Amino acid sequence: MRSGRLWMRLGGSRHNAGLALLTAVLFVAVTARYRQFASAAGLRDLLDDTSILILLALGQMLVMLTRAIDLSVAASVALTGMCVALMNQAMPGVALPWLVLSAALLGAALGAVNGLLVWQLQIPPIVVTLGTLAIYRGATYLISQGRWVNSGDMSPWFLGLVRERWGGITLLSWLAIAGVLLTTCVLRYSATGRSFYAAGNNPEAARYVGVDVGRAQCLAFVFNGALAGLCGYLWVARYAVAYTEIASGFELTVIAACVIGGVSIAGGSGTVSGVLLGCLFLGVIKNALPLLAVSPFWQMAISGAVIVTAAVVNAAGARAPQRQRILEN
Amino acid sequence: MNKFANIGLRRLLRWEVFLALVVAADFALNVRLSPYFLSSETLADVSFNFTEKALVALPMALLIIAGEIDISVAATMALTSVCMGLLATRTTSLSAIVGCGLAVGLLAGAVNGTLVTRWRVPAIVATIGTMSLYRGIAYGILGDRVLKAYPPAFAFFGQGYIAGPVSFELLLFALAAVLCSLYLHRTEFGRRLVAIGCNRTAAEMAGVRVNRYRFWLFVATGVASAAASVLLTSRLGSTRPSIAQGMELDIISIVILGGVAITGGRGSIAGVVLAGILTGLAIFGLGLINVPGVVISLLMGALLILIVGSPILARRLARARPRA
Repeated sequence: MRSGRLWMRLGGSRHNAGLALLTAVLFVAVTARYRQFASAAGLRDLLDDTSILILLALGQMLVMLTRAIDLSVAASVALTGMCVALMNQAMPGVALPWLVLSAALLGAALGAVNGLLVWQLQIPPIVVTLGTLAIYRGATYLISQGRWVNSGDMSPWFLGLVRERWGGITLLSWLAIAGVLLTTCVLRYSATGRSFYAAGNNPEAARYVGVDVGRAQCLAFVFNGALAGLCGYLWVARYAVAYTEIASGFELTVIAACVIGGVSIAGGSGTVSGVLLGCLFLGVIKNALPLLAVSPFWQMAISGAVIVTAAVVNAAGARAPQRQRILEN
Repeated sequence: MNKFANIGLRRLLRWEVFLALVVAADFALNVRLSPYFLSSETLADVSFNFTEKALVALPMALLIIAGEIDISVAATMALTSVCMGLLATRTTSLSAIVGCGLAVGLLAGAVNGTLVTRWRVPAIVATIGTMSLYRGIAYGILGDRVLKAYPPAFAFFGQGYIAGPVSFELLLFALAAVLCSLYLHRTEFGRRLVAIGCNRTAAEMAGVRVNRYRFWLFVATGVASAAASVLLTSRLGSTRPSIAQGMELDIISIVILGGVAITGGRGSIAGVVLAGILTGLAIFGLGLINVPGVVISLLMGALLILIVGSPILARRLARARPRA
């Protein structure tokens, strides 16, 4: 009983416990055949490979909490990534902190465009981000004129930062850990964080207690955009190449990680620990499939099946009471 | 008197009228810019730019009006195309190939419908999942191969003409549009569907078999995707797993451009048809001046936001103005 309460206080739930168990079973099954999967190096790689997904999923979670959705996130990653890559190519003298800062700011600006359209013009988020998805991707093409920025065009320090190791794990992994801690604190202890839950859980009630729902959605989009901007730099540095199609379709993986992690598409519920587990679950699958000699062409189908299964399990767990639905419709 | 004038004005200010004016303006512009635009070949070319997408946009509009959405349509098209391609390596029977395609689409739609109605998964989540699943199966089966063993007669669906510039694709689309329009605007079923989109719970309590409607709408969307896949595969003459990639966004854009409320409960088939023609004209015109595809989709995205946002912006500005 006591431990149960402690588990709940840590943001846990039956859903999270089940997901953790499933991830663990999967992990053990793979390790049974391939010992190196659970080795220190294997775990490091797993975390490193999943870090960008974790950062993006945290941002997407904020947006989804407010009953919105951001389909443009992968396009934002591509646009900011291309911008910093071109900046580095054109002006190798600009120091790294400025590049990272400008990536985050540019991302925040892209998020603000989404957020303002949702807040001020009250266009449904799915329509806004469907539009900006195409716009940001097209802008990436326009600023690069369809060319690639290859590793030779970028400075070694620009590419090397993410691979820097501190205490055994890469800087990229540290960033993901910092993101998890920061988001947990914001969502639990700040008024803004609580307002995200309130805005998504019941917009009408939130309005009565003085939460500006549109403003909360806009803020969530800005936070998410800043994270996407940061990830734009990280993506380009990690894969050492920038072109129009980078991260294409990744928004669906990000949303899938959130959904598997128990974030409700109807807003108002979701935990950082759940999202983290969702990301690790997808990460374990993605890293295990090549080891199990599954054709890379089947990977997409398998993650699709996983998403559908997770969605069915989540839907069976959470049923909105009928009365609330009448009032909200 | 004043009341009647108001009703007349509201009729004129309808979204479909505005869309029709934009279509007419774009058409006139094209005619002025190019002396060849009015030739039957050009007009046929224009129609090929939208018929496949708009064919799926019709049931998608019904689905969105009923408060649901299907993101998996393009993936359904890919899966259908792969299955037809595989069958075409065994048989040359047209009815077998097309029948198999339609059956796959029906099955894909039924899976979506079951997930949403029976398992109560929100439509957007369910179809994001099945989008990955269907496209993934297409990739898994085909890998990096290409299928193009289609019998010569198969080319008729995507390349054949009925009369003059009227292609088989256009005729099929027109028939589907008339059917959907009659269904939505002239039958009791259509009214119930709008009721579901306005308030599902209330509709349920009023005796509408909500889940039955939702399920069959998903099935209809799956079958329409399969039909569009037959047309597209026949027009291209080959199948790769990446066929119709990203087309779901174009299709949903057409529906929203057509004035259908994404929140459900409102929309007309006429608007969707006009939006389809408009995108066809726009894509054709931009293609003529060598605008790359990714930039065309940028412009379509901007157009989508602009068109959905402008009435709201106008209303805000009107409200901000001090009343006399």
